[in-house]
Amino acid sequence: MSTITLSHGSGGIQTNQLINDVFFKYFSNDILNQMNDAAHLAIDFKKLAFTTDSFVVNPLFFKGGNIGKLAVCGTVNDLAVSGAKPLYLTCAFIIEEGFAMDDLKIIVKTMAEEAENSGVKIVAGDTKVVEKGNVDGVYINTSGIGVIYEKVNINCANAKLGDVIIVNGTIGDHGMTILCERNNFGFEGDLSSDCASLNTLVGCMLEVYNGIRVIRDATRGGVAAVLNEISDSSNVSIVLEENLLPIKEEVKGAAEMLGFDPLYIANEGKLCAFVPEAQAEQVLLAMRTHPLGRNAAIIGRVTNEMGKKVYLNTIVGGKRLVDRPSGILLPRIC
Amino acid sequence: MKFVDEFRSSDYSKLLVETLQNSSRDKINIMEVCGTHTMAIFRYGIRDVLPGNVTLISGPGCPVCVTPQSYIDNALDLSSREDVIIATFGDMMKVPGRKSSLLKKKAEGSDIRLVYSPMDCLTIAVDNPSKQIVFLAVGFETTAPMTAVTAIEARKNGLSNLFFFTAHKIVPPVMEALVTDKELNLDGFLLPGNVSAIIGTEPYEFLSKDFNIPGVVTGFEPVDILQGLSTLISLISKKDYSIANDYKRIVRTDGNSQAKEYMDKAFNIVDSNWRGIGKVPKSGLEFNRDFEEFDALKHFKISYEEYDGSSGCRCGEILKGKINPTQCPLFKQACTTENPIGSCMVSSEGTCAAYFRYYK
Amino acid sequence: MCLAVPGRVLSIEGKMGIIEVGSIKRKVFLHLVPEVSVDDYVLMHAGCAIQMIDEVEAKITLDILKELAESEVCR
Repeated sequence: MSTITLSHGSGGIQTNQLINDVFFKYFSNDILNQMNDAAHLAIDFKKLAFTTDSFVVNPLFFKGGNIGKLAVCGTVNDLAVSGAKPLYLTCAFIIEEGFAMDDLKIIVKTMAEEAENSGVKIVAGDTKVVEKGNVDGVYINTSGIGVIYEKVNINCANAKLGDVIIVNGTIGDHGMTILCERNNFGFEGDLSSDCASLNTLVGCMLEVYNGIRVIRDATRGGVAAVLNEISDSSNVSIVLEENLLPIKEEVKGAAEMLGFDPLYIANEGKLCAFVPEAQAEQVLLAMRTHPLGRNAAIIGRVTNEMGKKVYLNTIVGGKRLVDRPSGILLPRIC
Repeated sequence: MKFVDEFRSSDYSKLLVETLQNSSRDKINIMEVCGTHTMAIFRYGIRDVLPGNVTLISGPGCPVCVTPQSYIDNALDLSSREDVIIATFGDMMKVPGRKSSLLKKKAEGSDIRLVYSPMDCLTIAVDNPSKQIVFLAVGFETTAPMTAVTAIEARKNGLSNLFFFTAHKIVPPVMEALVTDKELNLDGFLLPGNVSAIIGTEPYEFLSKDFNIPGVVTGFEPVDILQGLSTLISLISKKDYSIANDYKRIVRTDGNSQAKEYMDKAFNIVDSNWRGIGKVPKSGLEFNRDFEEFDALKHFKISYEEYDGSSGCRCGEILKGKINPTQCPLFKQACTTENPIGSCMVSSEGTCAAYFRYYK
Repeated sequence: MCLAVPGRVLSIEGKMGIIEVGSIKRKVFLHLVPEVSVDDYVLMHAGCAIQMIDEVEAKITLDILKELAESEVCR
């Protein structure tokens, strides 16, 4: 069948066919193939990290990925930045009646590839089909479980005076790509989502120094959102250096034209790490040896000045507030 | 990025800051007219590096801020029509009307489309022949010429389903209103660089001749702004009331004659209401008789009654530079960027929005 | 009210052109700059080139700043 129909979600023959021909075909592993109602997992008695996320992106397919890739990377990254080795994911699909089967296969195949890439297994899932118009194509939820590395203590409230803030590469790539593709601004260029699983990068960082205090992935609301959350939780001031922010030429160009600040634009393959000053250089160098950290850069530090907020030292030598993001991003001509 | 990076040079900026620090010690009040200047000044933290005797006051150069609420309400009414597609710049989306906003109406199902350029309306019109496209044409002289160009292109391509709900205003008349206000104490103006790209420097000469107030046409990169401030402070301290041009790479003395021709071709100059300020004579642009067919109000037979919509807030005084946002009792309390009450908070470059985002 | 960016004109077809801003390309109205040629730099506002960039004037401004910077170094 070339499209998804309501009978694919009704639990009968068509549902089984869909599960076998699409989901099991691509996600196949020893746990999933047991076809139990729940995955039976054996994890040594350790501290676990457990998370969930839902994905409703528009457009579903974009340069650098699709909703499936986001669904795997997003949950893997939430586990990774908690200092955990991601092990297992579940995934649940809510699919609109009439959705093209070929598109579903591309999404599922991408998810399988990304899961393999990240070293995780998709061990349980669910499928629902709803009437046309009730979802935008497909929505995906993934939950994930991982084992927290020993001797690692990563927490939003851990940032301390003197800590240095490192990002693993250029900011604003994902959000700018989506915005431009969604709104048809007529921009052509090498804009591409940075969607990626960060677990091996985090593994590499923790191996070099397991005392990294905070790691967060900078998704919706960009680096500005995440740093404001950390500033609040840790009750510290953060000062960024404008001339140190790594931004791709294309993102800069599009941001200038639309009146956006890359600090507020979403990423899907970028993290912010708070590292004690003494270890910052070695962590940075280790990151730069990893494919997802080639453009890693120190962008600021935790200070004890002014209010407990996030500030930016501008190229002019002034200082401005980098407030929490508010509402949706809209382009401006004024 | 060429012609951007050089004018964002940290070294040159810091050099100009030093020059400024060594300049006049007199108390000086400078108004930056243009909202884009307000944002740039905050973005680069320029207030931090100015000597303490210089005060920067934000002016009314924010087209969204000064558009009366009745404009939005009429746009919202149009958006309710099944056969209408509203095309708008992002700036207008969150502006609150009496009961709703374009963003809210879009969520409720109205066909409201974000455009980067008015030229994109031509494509929307071609792709939707059974619909009537209404472009919300807001902006000053920087933007008005392209409304004219888009209308001319629509005519050339035989499009009969594209209309413009215009609210274009022009800047020099409101500056005249400001300088005749006895409560304002301005020593000089940072003049809007990109408006001047269109109109040139001549329209500001009245400030010099009739009011002994100097002005400097200034660009928007940090080097431009610091240079403009430096020149202006120097003029003020020498009691030299000239109009200077520090944005010569863009602004010619006579502006852009082609752009002015397009504006003359399509528009009449009319009296206009500036929200928070009141009626300013000969400060608005309306389609003339030759371009009547594009006027949305005429086409949809809307009898347009204007009302300000500025209740309770002190936007009017803020727009005139009499107070700053922190002196408005609603600022950051009832009035925030997510729930704006006044026009200055609504616009992405409104004075209150800038203070809200950046003021430390 | 004036968000505008400089860009290089890559191609011209009648009164329309393609401009490049920081590696992003976009269609642009060229009606207001009839004297424009390929490789010229223009200032673009909302998809319309509103003025040609005078490269000579830009250089003059930057040269003055360069001189000022050099004289500071010599102090």
